[in-house]
Amino acid sequence: MSDPVESLAGPDMPAQDVPAQDVPALEITGLRVRFRSLDGRGPEVLAVDGIDLSVDRGRVLSLVGESGSGKSTVLLAIAGLLSGAAIIEGEVRLHGRPIMGLAERERAMARGRGIGMVFQDPGGSLNPVLSVGSQIDEVLGVHRDLHGRDARGVTEALLARVGVGDPKRRAQAFPHQLSGGLRQRAAIAAALAAGPEVILADEPTTALDATVQAQVLDLLVGLVSDEGVALVLVTHDLAVAAAVADRIAVLYAGRVVEERPAGELMDRPAHPYSSALRAAALPFSPRVAGDDARLPELPGRMAAAGGVGCAFAPRCPLATDHCRAVTPELTPYGGGRVACWRAGEIEA
Amino acid sequence: MSRSGWIGAIGLGLLVAMAVLAPVIKPGDPLDLVGRPVMPPFTDPRFPLGTDQLGRDVWAELLYGARVSLIVGIAAATGAIGIGIVVGTLAGFLGGRADSTLMRVTEAFQTVPTFLLALALLTALGSSTFNVVLAIAISSWAATSRLVRAEVLSLRQREYVDAARLAGLGPLRIAFREVLPGSLQPVIALVGVTVGAAILVESALAFLGLGDPNQISWGVMIANGRDAIRVAPSLVVIPGICLALAILSVSLIGDELATRLAPQRRRAP
Amino acid sequence: MLPPTLVFIVRRLIHAIPVVLIVAVGVFCILEAAPGDAVDSYLASIGGGDLALAEQLRRQWGLDDSVWVRFLAYMQSVVTLDLGRSVTVGVPVTEAILTRLPTTILLMGSAIAMSAVLGGLLGGVAAMHRGRRLDTFLTTSGLLLNAIPGFWLGLILIVVFVVWLGWFPSAGLSTVNGPSDPVGHALDVAWHLVLPVCTLGLTYMALYLRLMRGAMTETRDSPWVRAARARGLPSGRIIRRHIARPALLPVATMLGLQIGTMLGGSVVIETVFAIPGLGSLAYLAVSNRDLPLIAGVVLAGSVVVIVANIVVDLSYGRLDPRVTDERLRSGVG
Repeated sequence: MSDPVESLAGPDMPAQDVPAQDVPALEITGLRVRFRSLDGRGPEVLAVDGIDLSVDRGRVLSLVGESGSGKSTVLLAIAGLLSGAAIIEGEVRLHGRPIMGLAERERAMARGRGIGMVFQDPGGSLNPVLSVGSQIDEVLGVHRDLHGRDARGVTEALLARVGVGDPKRRAQAFPHQLSGGLRQRAAIAAALAAGPEVILADEPTTALDATVQAQVLDLLVGLVSDEGVALVLVTHDLAVAAAVADRIAVLYAGRVVEERPAGELMDRPAHPYSSALRAAALPFSPRVAGDDARLPELPGRMAAAGGVGCAFAPRCPLATDHCRAVTPELTPYGGGRVACWRAGEIEA
Repeated sequence: MSRSGWIGAIGLGLLVAMAVLAPVIKPGDPLDLVGRPVMPPFTDPRFPLGTDQLGRDVWAELLYGARVSLIVGIAAATGAIGIGIVVGTLAGFLGGRADSTLMRVTEAFQTVPTFLLALALLTALGSSTFNVVLAIAISSWAATSRLVRAEVLSLRQREYVDAARLAGLGPLRIAFREVLPGSLQPVIALVGVTVGAAILVESALAFLGLGDPNQISWGVMIANGRDAIRVAPSLVVIPGICLALAILSVSLIGDELATRLAPQRRRAP
Repeated sequence: MLPPTLVFIVRRLIHAIPVVLIVAVGVFCILEAAPGDAVDSYLASIGGGDLALAEQLRRQWGLDDSVWVRFLAYMQSVVTLDLGRSVTVGVPVTEAILTRLPTTILLMGSAIAMSAVLGGLLGGVAAMHRGRRLDTFLTTSGLLLNAIPGFWLGLILIVVFVVWLGWFPSAGLSTVNGPSDPVGHALDVAWHLVLPVCTLGLTYMALYLRLMRGAMTETRDSPWVRAARARGLPSGRIIRRHIARPALLPVATMLGLQIGTMLGGSVVIETVFAIPGLGSLAYLAVSNRDLPLIAGVVLAGSVVVIVANIVVDLSYGRLDPRVTDERLRSGVG
């Protein structure tokens, strides 16, 4: 846990009080998330079916998957933002310290301080009737005991750090007076204000223009390399993940099906699903592929979590009866892990 | 039907029953002096709710008062909504100068406090049931007209209006036969509120002594009972409870109607 | 460059002029619609007079002119704020109104504040406990209160708090021979105003309750609330700044619309509690069939509503900054 009384000199992230260098910044073990049905009597929906992940400080982990894979749910579960209808099992550790067992208020404080969350909708993270600066000031007030002029000074520094020009004026502005890119940067500044060690980004660039996408990604990556923040980036686009991540975890039907260093996964995906994702992500050119070539498709829809056998089997070109009968577990493979009975057999 | 809808329906049913059956249950003039003055309720089976200071039967007064509340309430609301529909449709459909003039007039009517306007009208015209209905209608049509105009403006763009125009129908005919029926949706939501408000205004006017002097009304009963409030509070309490229940029932029914007849506008629970 | 607020106010006032004129026309029509005229009521008040006197007075007061001439004369007098004579109170109508206006503004202002604050708070509580028993209880109580006629509630409160408990005075604005020092007098007036303000306030509270409940239920699900939770802000702060604050706009809108209704309500309340304000003046006018007086009150009432609405609109800017920019661009409220 970082010490709240930090150096006020400059916009640097608070000096980490890390217990040991080799403890991951964020570690998730056995995370399972079920949702109660709306009327309380129907069947529960399983969204996340047992996930173990970890990210070291200064590293980027990307969670990749289609919608319904559970990737966003994982983030929301870590950040504690799921509704009361969610039943969460498993443990989340920030720098080795578990947070799931804490009392509600302490848990919220621990999360607020240790985790910064960046959402997909750039305008949505900011309250439209309050000035941008006051929303960052209040985080400083709650987590770092900074108020008034002191807080505003740090706010302006934070805005500058995330690339918002003329931060003094911008801090007094209201969200609707800023462009989408600036709003997202300001939202990131608000997420950073408490000095988190982990940043969770849920499709942070999907709603932005291409140029702004690149800038925001650069900003996030810069935070990782400069401040030693650990970044978990959720995306459906493997290309984005490949560009910034150190490790990529592919999610399917609520489980991790492959988790390996980014370069290796992109060169030689072990799981058939990863291979399909990669094909969809690569630039497609009719000149190269031929006039009759079509965009790579993956027919069918994602199965629900928690069934018997491999969830991907219905759509898998390599599926066998054994695949359909027995659920594959994650086993070590090529720098990481993969859950497939026929790992490595898919053509690159 | 939801529970509140049922409560409203039962209340309204009771109200209508009281009004309709008044001459059956208690024939004669409720203003007749029939008993000893200021008899408390539940003491004499002939006068189940007691008598007032002049010896009139409270139960009879209550029954006939229901008629006034109901008739005035419904008639005034009908008038208000009717005027509002006409003005709103004309404004929305004709557009341009006519629209802005009509809207300025509507705004003027909305700016004047409704009750004050009703008071002024009654002072000028004199107090009778008809004038009370007229006064309330004239002071409360503005809200409906705005709503109708908004609906008409959006419907105006639709194809069937162009079709009618091509077929040679005059603008007024198009306005009232083609566009109006579709724009009545949101007006339904206003019915409950308008009737409830009309009943309330009528009772206030009666309380102030501006109602029809020949009719007994719940507002008049409260005004009369006010003088004896220390010795016989029931004279004030009973008609007031009836008023509250009547207004509540009408509002609940109105809400129920609005939610049922406008499925696409259903709000989340 | 003039400050934008001033420009806004001026624009709104200019926009209001035709509305007031239309109201004046309407009032004129009402005055004309009455059988008899000012001379008749004047003669009635002095106990009668002969035809010759009546004719002479009519000539003198310009009442034998044609409708158009009378109309223009009336409009002229309205513009110069001369609203005629009142046979009931014996002073010019304008003077009578201006003397009583502050009292009504005090009464109504306090009642509006009470309705809005209490309604907003309870609506907020209801929104945060939505669907549970507390919510149902609050919403139902609100509905019930709204259905109760104000004058009846006033009478009941008098029975309970004045007759049975003796906590408050039953009538008037201040005690005769009461304290004359400013603080003591202010407290005395406040004590007298408690019941009427509560009556007026409670009756209209339900509207704000319902509005705030609806608005906060929506803002509760907003993305920025989720983001605020993610930042670990305490829930009290989230409710105040991120759920309630953005929900205030519809409540403020309703405030503006309710002013006219409350002015109407103040007529009965002031009558029941014998408060010498504009409302009881209206009642006086009506019970004495003093048409110029009631007509003047109607006009004054409209002006109060217009001014109050401009004030409410000005506060919009503080509540929702998006609205200010909209407004500055389009130039109207």
